Amino acid sequence: MSKFSEVFTTPLAKNNPITVQVLGICSCLAVTAQLKPAVVMAISVIVVVALSNLIISLLRNTIPPRIRIIVQLVVVSTLVILVNQVLQAFVYDVSKQLSVYVGLIITNCIVMGRLEAFAMSRKPLESVMDGIGNGMGYGIILVILGFFRELFGSGTLWGFPVMEKLGLYNIGYENNGLVIMAPMALILVGVIIWIQRTKDKDLQENN
Amino acid sequence: MEYINIFIKSIFIDNMIFAFFLGMCSYLAVSKTVKTSAGLGIAVTFVLLITVPVNYLLNKYILQPGAMTWISPSMANVDLSFLSLIMFIAVIAAIVQIVEMVVEKISPALYNSLGIFLPLIAVNCAVMGGSLFMQQRDYSNVGEVISFSLGSGIGWFLAIVGIAAIREKLRYSHIPPALKGVGITFIITGLMGLAFMSFMGIKL
Repeated sequence: MSKFSEVFTTPLAKNNPITVQVLGICSCLAVTAQLKPAVVMAISVIVVVALSNLIISLLRNTIPPRIRIIVQLVVVSTLVILVNQVLQAFVYDVSKQLSVYVGLIITNCIVMGRLEAFAMSRKPLESVMDGIGNGMGYGIILVILGFFRELFGSGTLWGFPVMEKLGLYNIGYENNGLVIMAPMALILVGVIIWIQRTKDKDLQENN
Repeated sequence: MEYINIFIKSIFIDNMIFAFFLGMCSYLAVSKTVKTSAGLGIAVTFVLLITVPVNYLLNKYILQPGAMTWISPSMANVDLSFLSLIMFIAVIAAIVQIVEMVVEKISPALYNSLGIFLPLIAVNCAVMGGSLFMQQRDYSNVGEVISFSLGSGIGWFLAIVGIAAIREKLRYSHIPPALKGVGITFIITGLMGLAFMSFMGIKL
């Protein structure tokens, strides 16, 4: 059982898909201007990674290696279409905000990377754990980014006006519009990587 | 004139990397030297230029609600737009495969210099993103779509060559050890994005 929990927990920090493997950056930056879309996106990615890992792992002995990429793409895009339809049906406003980035889960490097590196050669149960772990590792970064960007960018959390309730506007506090903009997301991820690698010296690069 | 507008806009204002973060994975992974990044940039531009117009035609004549009236008027109620994701990715994967074979046959030198990048483009978010933005923005004819896809490709090319040139010089500077590599690349991309934001005010 310890093997399972290891597969599950390493992607959360030591081998985090965003800060260490540097996969799936596109969506992580684009959807985190507010907390709610970030959480919805994180859940969608967890579902897609876990299920596609399971399916590919079940099929792994029947897929001819030459056409494996297209088989993986078909499996992933079917799952993404399902997720997209569910989002449109139940949380329409969030799905509008996420716009093309739900479709881009198909080409999200985390999904393809985990399929190639893990699910093609492991047993189904392990693959599901790996998928959930990697999805969670991605989700954690998304939630951290979404939290700080929404709090400092628009002064709210999940739509709740935190800064206004604290009365900060009356003493001259202003929202930082730059935090919502695209470039600041990149800089924030850079800072997260900086903090993580200062704590964990093994992850530092040499050049 | 409209074409030039869209072209300039998609290079600078709606830049794939700095405004939408598309294609970040390969952007971060392959930007260590200018030469390889230029190769990847050209390949992405080329694939965008072919796949986006093809997907546009596919979307216009097959997938859109009521798109198939050209077959028979009775199909006006058919809406296949839920299939667009899988159709787009299939088209992209197929075209990348064909481009790879054609380039290998016609110009082995170019094929060798692009090497492993060509097959990887199928899973580059910038290419898929180009098709999805095309669908979302409702361009009115093929000409506009072509200038959009060419502009996006060139914008991506400029971004990756720029960051590669900066990273080559960064090797000689003193960076905190924890920021070396990926960390500093993120921050510099952010700063480049800030610079590109100055184009936003331009009215075309």
